[in-house]
Amino acid sequence: MTDNTPPLKINPTLLKRRNAAEKRFRFYGLAAVMTAVLVLCLLLTSIISKGYTAFQQTYILVDIRLDAESIDPKGTKRVEDLAAASYKGLLRNALREQFPGIEGRKAKRSLYGLVGSAADFDVRDAVLDNPKLVGTTATIAVKSSDDVDSFYKGYIPRDVPESNRKIKDRELAWLDTLAADDRIVKKFNVDFFTNGDSREPEEAGILGAVVGSLYTLAITLALCFPIGVLTAIYLEEFAPTNKWTDLIEVNINNLAAVPSIVFGLLGLAIFLNFMGLPRSAPIVGGMVLALMTLPTIIIASRAALKAVPPSIREAALGIGASRMQTVFHHVLPLAMPGILTGTILGMAQALGETAPLLMIGMVAFIADIPGSMSDAATVLPVQIYLWADSPERGFVEKTSAAIMILLAFLVVMNAIAVILRKRFERRW
Amino acid sequence: MSYAMDMQNYTTQSETATSEPKITARDVNVFYGASQALKSIQLDIGANEVTSLIGPSGCGKSTFLRCLNRMNDVIENCTVEGRISLDGVDLYNSGLDPVLLRARVGMVFQKPNPFPKSIFDNIAYGPRLHGTVSNKDELDERVEKSLRRAGLWEEVKDRLDKPGTGLSGGQQQRLCIARAIAINPEVILMDEPCSALDPIATAKIEELIDELRERFTIVIVTHSMQQAARVSQRTAFFHLGELVEVGETDRLFTSPQDDRTQGYITGRFG
Repeated sequence: MTDNTPPLKINPTLLKRRNAAEKRFRFYGLAAVMTAVLVLCLLLTSIISKGYTAFQQTYILVDIRLDAESIDPKGTKRVEDLAAASYKGLLRNALREQFPGIEGRKAKRSLYGLVGSAADFDVRDAVLDNPKLVGTTATIAVKSSDDVDSFYKGYIPRDVPESNRKIKDRELAWLDTLAADDRIVKKFNVDFFTNGDSREPEEAGILGAVVGSLYTLAITLALCFPIGVLTAIYLEEFAPTNKWTDLIEVNINNLAAVPSIVFGLLGLAIFLNFMGLPRSAPIVGGMVLALMTLPTIIIASRAALKAVPPSIREAALGIGASRMQTVFHHVLPLAMPGILTGTILGMAQALGETAPLLMIGMVAFIADIPGSMSDAATVLPVQIYLWADSPERGFVEKTSAAIMILLAFLVVMNAIAVILRKRFERRW
Repeated sequence: MSYAMDMQNYTTQSETATSEPKITARDVNVFYGASQALKSIQLDIGANEVTSLIGPSGCGKSTFLRCLNRMNDVIENCTVEGRISLDGVDLYNSGLDPVLLRARVGMVFQKPNPFPKSIFDNIAYGPRLHGTVSNKDELDERVEKSLRRAGLWEEVKDRLDKPGTGLSGGQQQRLCIARAIAINPEVILMDEPCSALDPIATAKIEELIDELRERFTIVIVTHSMQQAARVSQRTAFFHLGELVEVGETDRLFTSPQDDRTQGYITGRFG
């Protein structure tokens, strides 16, 4: 048989078009990546530029006469007595002495308003740090009110009519006097990291939410990692393929797509109403988030187990290992990187979840830092939501700062995932 | 075709039985779901000799091999009928633990499949698993002996802690053989052990098989008729799920009794 096909001659137009299509596709891909990077940069820039000021706090240096008679009338010098004393009056006296000649309740009130409503605690802390101050006149830095803080951070402009300004002309004059005297200082805002939530922006801190999130995630991880991985192992390695396992598989896939608030309702009905567990507690939040995260972990773990080549199972079985030994000695270690990736993804999702916690009462103003898993607590995303909802100017920067903390949390979690993956990964 | 009528009653030509059988298979039928993969197989595997199973792809030789250590158990829908016995003990119906069976009947697979662990751990896994060594020294000795028997010791003795997956293909396969003999099985099943290897590595494995024959009973599935002729004492030819002919290797290759065997070994099909 003779072959009459002419030798290969590529149509030049076709070739041109093909090359153009290749180039175009590469351009689209690059454009998509650039867009994603740009949007991410915008997001981060906006959050950081709004939030970085929250890590600073404006303080006013006040010369306070620390009368021994009013602080420690009995002269015991005991820490408890020093802590129990009232410093509010002393602080107010000091402010009045700073600006003599202020008359009238209203004027005094606005003078006192320059410092934060909990500024007397700054005085107390200074005294507790150094009890020798009692009886002397000391210069103590006290927190300014959030309006003054916002003013010095540039959020309240000077050149607008007084009626549109939160800092009135009179207060402005006082502040200018203080500033001229070098009595306005900015310090790193330690309280933001050590306080719980507060109604006053200058007192509000993130620690309560961080601790709440840690407790909640610990419960979530402790519940859904073992249950999820064991479920995946059973379904993937041991269960026969039949109608029942098909049904289970379909249900797990469906559960992964169920809106998270539905899990919140389930938690409300079962954990709170039926089992009577405490409201707003990390233990319940963790259980609800575990329910939500389970399908993700099961699906990811099954995929990871499926990706382990069957030849490894055959090798182990062929040498006389039982099925369980095969799984735990060989298959599971090889699937671990994938399982961990899935788990961290699920945990990151749980960390950012608000909706299900809404239903079990974790969206509440909780000023205390939770001391245990059953104390009322809030979590980071809920804290962000609450602060974003607050009218005070000072909470705007706190919101962005809280977002930064949440992102830092995520970065740390992902870093742990990468490290764990590297440790478990084995070369073929 | 002239042999179409033979398929009716699945008769097997010549010597299905041997004088000193290690494994006997009688009326073995294997089904994958509804399709029958093996039809009424009668075959003896002689002790301390190499039996090779040849035949075209899909003829059931690997299936038969995997029946001998019940590796088919892990395949869903696979059912095995008939009687296969090892030293007279039924493998399927006597309550024998398949896990213990697989310790007695080792297996080497088509694609080298060392564990992604160190060379040492690859060999040590079996003895540790079955508790056949009592201390570290014995384990070291066992590992060395197994590697020596597999002809790998000289090549790897300085890097026992390096991953087994870093070896060349031929070395990996010898590592798998060493791993199989480390637990002192009675029978070693080899499923096309050289199909992924180059001719030099193949020659080494074949040499090894010949040495191992003194201590172990070996069943090898191969696509290469030259290999079957070189390494085995008995050869069984499978075709379309039946055992067509079995006999002394020399006899089978020089004077096959069945047309199909004749056709296959002369390269008319397969």
